[in-house]
Amino acid sequence: MNERFSTTLEGTADAAARSTPPAVARRLRGLSDRAIAWIFISPTIILLLAINIFPLCWAIYLSFTNYRANRPNSEVEGVGLRNFERVLTDGDTWLAMQATAHFVFWTIVLQTLIGFTLAYLIDRKFRGHAFWTTVILIPMMLSPAVVGNFWRFLYQPQIGLFNYIVSFFSGVEPSSFQMLGDVTLAPWAIIIVDTWMWTPYVMLICLAGLRSIPDYIYEAAEVDRASPWRQFWSITIPMALPFIMLAVLFRGIENFKMFDMVVLLTGGGPGSTTELASITLKREAFESWRTGRASAFAIILFVAVFGLANIYVKALNRVKQR
Amino acid sequence: MSTSAHSVVAPGRLSKSIAGAVVIIYALVTMIPLAWILLTSLKSPPDSISYPPKVIFEPTAEGYCNLFTTRSRQTDEYIESLGPPQGICDEITRKRNMVIVGESNYWPRFMNSLIIGFGSTVLAVFLGTLAAYGFSRFRVPLADDLLFFILSTRMMPPIAVAIPIYLMYRELGLSDTAMGMILLYTAVNVSLAVWLLKGFIDEIPREYEEAAMIDGYSRMQAFFKVVLPQATTGIAATAIFCLIFAWNEYAFAVLLTSGEAQTAPPFIPTIIGEGGQDWPAVAAGTTIFLVPILVFTILLRKQLLRGITFGAVRK
Repeated sequence: MNERFSTTLEGTADAAARSTPPAVARRLRGLSDRAIAWIFISPTIILLLAINIFPLCWAIYLSFTNYRANRPNSEVEGVGLRNFERVLTDGDTWLAMQATAHFVFWTIVLQTLIGFTLAYLIDRKFRGHAFWTTVILIPMMLSPAVVGNFWRFLYQPQIGLFNYIVSFFSGVEPSSFQMLGDVTLAPWAIIIVDTWMWTPYVMLICLAGLRSIPDYIYEAAEVDRASPWRQFWSITIPMALPFIMLAVLFRGIENFKMFDMVVLLTGGGPGSTTELASITLKREAFESWRTGRASAFAIILFVAVFGLANIYVKALNRVKQR
Repeated sequence: MSTSAHSVVAPGRLSKSIAGAVVIIYALVTMIPLAWILLTSLKSPPDSISYPPKVIFEPTAEGYCNLFTTRSRQTDEYIESLGPPQGICDEITRKRNMVIVGESNYWPRFMNSLIIGFGSTVLAVFLGTLAAYGFSRFRVPLADDLLFFILSTRMMPPIAVAIPIYLMYRELGLSDTAMGMILLYTAVNVSLAVWLLKGFIDEIPREYEEAAMIDGYSRMQAFFKVVLPQATTGIAATAIFCLIFAWNEYAFAVLLTSGEAQTAPPFIPTIIGEGGQDWPAVAAGTTIFLVPILVFTILLRKQLLRGITFGAVRK
């Protein structure tokens, strides 16, 4: 309807166009809405085709070859599905997947619990809550790489502030444990930093969820003498659930891709205890230079994120409709 | 305040105070690492690695001096033979038996971050505004699919994208160039820009443009003179989000740049002094690098929610 509307107005548009520089006006006046739509949208699509889709197709092609980026002149041979087979049967891949799953699971659990609690408390609207909300949000805006690098300092066994604070409260010698050097502690060290950084993110989305619940529902519950406990479980949680699930989706995707913060904290070590999928991928592609095999791994990862995200979004939509 | 009528569900005074206390304690605890970065940047190297960690110390500019300069160790005789020290950094350096021999790479890297950040932001917001308007106002065939395609480009792990980009840039001679990084960050950011701006433009009533067109504006004029001014807040917020992404990005930067076009995030971890990492200098570099983000966070606080959820949640 809008399009028809504008074409009938072309006559009047001419009158106004005359007041602008004639050359520009003549050029613009003649454009139909359809042309404008394509002129506006196509640059973005072209850029994404060139910088995202073309390289992706190239990666798909490479994944079927034995290409090595550090030997550009050697002959490229097709190897069929061998790269995929090798990646999927390699123990390292599954170790990396395990490390990633551990990291994604615990960061989501901790961030959701702490983030929701904070949002619930902030929603009590105490004096100055807006200011403190802004303060809490600061960590998530920072550069993960720079943050990871600095937490490495906080985690130093003897001189680090983290060890000092832990020893201050627990009495354990600050030099007796190494957050980044210990096989059992390192996976938790990266979870702590990620939780420090991204809890505000979950909090902010949960807060929007809590604020979307209209007061009259609570008022009705109050009239029906529902206990606060009952109100929390049958009103607050179900109505905030789509928001919580959205936060979990975004955090899940982001942490599945996690690279920068962890690389600078542990570099994947000690051993390969914190070697997440992206770090393995980087090692394959840019240190071992097995480009073909790394491309196969990249595609497997992409399909996994995409597939999981799709299933999750379906579940999310079902919750929303309820 | 106490006399105002309130609903039965308004939280009581006590529960408010407890909630406030818990939130404030959390906020203060999460600020400790950041406060520690700032304090460390003002310490001398021995103070920065002392045990127990020092909270009270004599502040010095040494970290900042070391961040911006390169130094070399010299004999006492040589240092005495020099004239009086020029400036505070010269003085501090000489106390450590060293002389300043040149500037460090921090400033050029910081400038790279600025150039690449602003360049990619301007491009992404320009392209994003046009595309968002297109999607918002016209019936585009397969609009939902195209929008989803635009978003899905963001789901790929950066390292996975970097492999073919690395090869492509090597062929095109874009490796380690500001241009290459600007194009790459634009492509990453444009998906965010389109989604966010579409939301903002959707909120501007169509009637405004239609009224303008009845008054004789062409579609283009209506876009420039009616829609753009209305969308200023949204465009500014989107621009800041794009800028923050480019500013903070590490994975592409470390794989695709090595010198000329290297940005600050891959550079800061490489700052080392004699015998290990020079933590005050690292802290100084980190502090300077984080300050713009603090300012942006405060500016953006009302739009943050939208930005971080690609416009999925609005308030």
